[in-house]
Amino acid sequence: MKKYIIKRLALGIASIFIVATLTFFLMNLVPGGPFVAEKSISKAAQEALEAKYGLDKPLGERYITYMSDFVKGDMGYSLRQRGRTVSGIIFSKFPVSAKLAGIAVVLALALGIPLGCISAYNRGKFFDNFIIVLATCGIAIPSFISSVLLLYTFGSKLGVLPTVGLNTMSSYIMPVTALAIYPTAYITRLMRSSLLDVMGQDYIRTSRAKGVSSFKTLFKHALRNAILPVITYVGPMLAGLMTGSFVVEKIFTIPGLGREFVSAITNRDYTMIMGTTIILATLVITANVIVDILYKIIDPRIKLK
Amino acid sequence: MKAKRIAAMLLTVCMTLSLAACGGKGSGSDDAGSSDGASGDGEGVTVQIGPNPETLDPALNSAMDGANMIITLFEPLLIIDENNEVQPGQAESYEVSDDGLVWTFTMRDGLKWSDGSDLTAKDFEYTFKRLCDTELAAPYGETVVGMIDGYQDAIGNPDKDGNMTTEPDKEKLNVVASEDGKTLTITLAYPCSYFAKLAAFATMSPVQQATVEENGDAWSVEPDTYVCNGPYMITEWTPSERIVCKKNPNYSGGWDSSKIVTEDLTFLLIEDSSAAYTSYTGGEAQLIKTVPTEEIPSFTKAEDGGDYYVDFTLGTYYLSMQTQKEPFNDVNVRKALNLAIDRDYIANVIMQGTYSPAYNFVGPGVIDADPENMFYDVSVENNGGEPYISEDYEANLEEAKKALAEAGYPDGEGFPTITYSTNDQGYHVAVAEYLQNCYKELGITMNIDKVEWASFTPQRRAGEYEMARNGWIMDYNDASNMIELLYSTNGNNDGKYNSKEFDAAIDKSKCADLDEHFAALHEAEKIMMEDYACIPVAYYNDFWLQSPSLKGTWHSPYGYWYLQYAYVEE
Repeated sequence: MKKYIIKRLALGIASIFIVATLTFFLMNLVPGGPFVAEKSISKAAQEALEAKYGLDKPLGERYITYMSDFVKGDMGYSLRQRGRTVSGIIFSKFPVSAKLAGIAVVLALALGIPLGCISAYNRGKFFDNFIIVLATCGIAIPSFISSVLLLYTFGSKLGVLPTVGLNTMSSYIMPVTALAIYPTAYITRLMRSSLLDVMGQDYIRTSRAKGVSSFKTLFKHALRNAILPVITYVGPMLAGLMTGSFVVEKIFTIPGLGREFVSAITNRDYTMIMGTTIILATLVITANVIVDILYKIIDPRIKLK
Repeated sequence: MKAKRIAAMLLTVCMTLSLAACGGKGSGSDDAGSSDGASGDGEGVTVQIGPNPETLDPALNSAMDGANMIITLFEPLLIIDENNEVQPGQAESYEVSDDGLVWTFTMRDGLKWSDGSDLTAKDFEYTFKRLCDTELAAPYGETVVGMIDGYQDAIGNPDKDGNMTTEPDKEKLNVVASEDGKTLTITLAYPCSYFAKLAAFATMSPVQQATVEENGDAWSVEPDTYVCNGPYMITEWTPSERIVCKKNPNYSGGWDSSKIVTEDLTFLLIEDSSAAYTSYTGGEAQLIKTVPTEEIPSFTKAEDGGDYYVDFTLGTYYLSMQTQKEPFNDVNVRKALNLAIDRDYIANVIMQGTYSPAYNFVGPGVIDADPENMFYDVSVENNGGEPYISEDYEANLEEAKKALAEAGYPDGEGFPTITYSTNDQGYHVAVAEYLQNCYKELGITMNIDKVEWASFTPQRRAGEYEMARNGWIMDYNDASNMIELLYSTNGNNDGKYNSKEFDAAIDKSKCADLDEHFAALHEAEKIMMEDYACIPVAYYNDFWLQSPSLKGTWHSPYGYWYLQYAYVEE
């Protein structure tokens, strides 16, 4: 296990390095630059800015400078938000996104797993159909629709929930709901189909034949194996919610990481693109390692190599 | 037994996740809780005038909404009042020498920074010199201090390719504060009749030397180090969420302190239009600028007793043609493309009245030699009572067809397929599709090339296009700021228009005498309009929602909302 973790970590660092390298060269291939505005600034000012941030140097040299600074823990200054460092921006926004995504994940798991079980347990009956319809809706409705609907209903019409920022407990309700709808629905369906799949296995039939109650069969024997796909999904889901919540952050004016990620690209804020991409890559890789380890704990049949 | 273990494990996963999520709480920006109650209804004023400003350093800012906040937080030498007239700000008066070159500003007594320390002419000297610091690279530096004597030495005398030929030394800028800090003497390299307006520009707001030198660029990102001198000061800034300001107790200057009554002023940094609208209808904000355009038909205009306002800003939405490329190098082709558009339809139907049709290049609100007269009106008068482009669309279309035939393409026969480039924002694509229809009338096929924003501007600037959407919001109220866009060497001459007569007229306008200045500008405008150098389409407006309870504000044609006297009346 220890060896495995060390190996995965080494691989993870190599992946991050590759992601960083590819991002660095790809973003410089895209036309446009960070100092573009509708009004042109004078050539001298443009050049002075480029010199200040080292953009006047050849690409290879810039790459080496960036990477060696990065290794030392320096991600540089944002090219657009003058005076702010990339690490400063990321570390002020990360907790906001992490909190939001964390609550949404917990909510999705706490709702999705039981709903999926209930649905599978009542297969073909009213509850099953009802939950499946709900889950299908949850998957089909994009977050910008659900966010606006929530905003309109609770923020504007009823006026019971705050609409801007995350300053009180109640201000979490709408963004968390908007974020959690899709993963909840997804987990419900995943849980249901996986549980049904497991319930069809021979060992379940055996346990039933031996007279074990169906409730006990479900929770004692089936659930443990059926939950594996859900665990697999948690890692990418968490990472996705952390950085992909652009729409929800925009609509509820939440100072999170997702918005920085998108606007860095549209603004060609090179240092911010690098910073946010590396953070995202790190998140996904870490989440996957944790998931693999959890796998092993849940299903001893799985060998970690 | 095993079920319990699974349950326990799941719980552990959940707890780990939530713990991880809470980990960074202390270091984050969520200590904003206190503001929630204060910024609601009642005491404070809350507005939404744009998303998170990239910077609030007056020297570095180049955005409208940033400038709007800066004029609330700072005060330059002079200010612009509700009648759009220049008034004394931090300077109580100024004198100009007869040759228009030496400007002497006398400071008010007892000026203070928001931290309570004294503010003198020396701070302005530092600020203006900082603007030409090549290390800082202020985007508007050249616009606001480029005419001051010594500017070229200050930026290192760049040659034609922009390379410095001498060591830049910002101390060479000819701005001198007297020993007692009471007067500031600025010597210009050439006369600039509108320098007073520049002295009231947001970029010219003073910054405190000690704070800036101690903190570098970062001085402007934390409320603690954001030392300002205007009616309000920042107490809290949660990036991408809100900026909370408090009345500056140390303020003294051009605004009437007795009218600055509101304690808390909050800028909501909302980006999304439906979110902004919700904050308005929910009563949190009393004024919003980011209005959802799909809701516009349901609003009642202010003149009909409603809360929806439309007011002009100094700017023109126009189309650039690459005049060095065929077929746009032919004046008759340009004329045909220019006259085939129904401007009234574009502005009032496609753009839902959020723009006004443009028949001249320089729009309403821009003043002439005599500030009582408007540049637009004088242009119309000089042109025999008509704007350069007739308001009669049917007649224009006939003219356009005739011009196209004269260019050798009767009914568009033999005319190459042209490409129109635009970014996909606001009404740009809808306008492009309308143009496609208009030009079909002439027998011309036009393709639309949608280009992503960050690529669009450099492409247009390099002249790598045929026709493109363009627009300009004026920096200061002088027609030269608009007309000079077509000067052959101007950085924003995207059409690569090159006319000796036009350039000569612009050169002539750089003089101290106001009458001469404006006569030359009118001449230049006439040349470019008769040469169809570009296609003016519509004049910019600002449109916003403002609750009737919010009083004391006004909107200026610069695109700012003046909030220093704002208050909410129950």
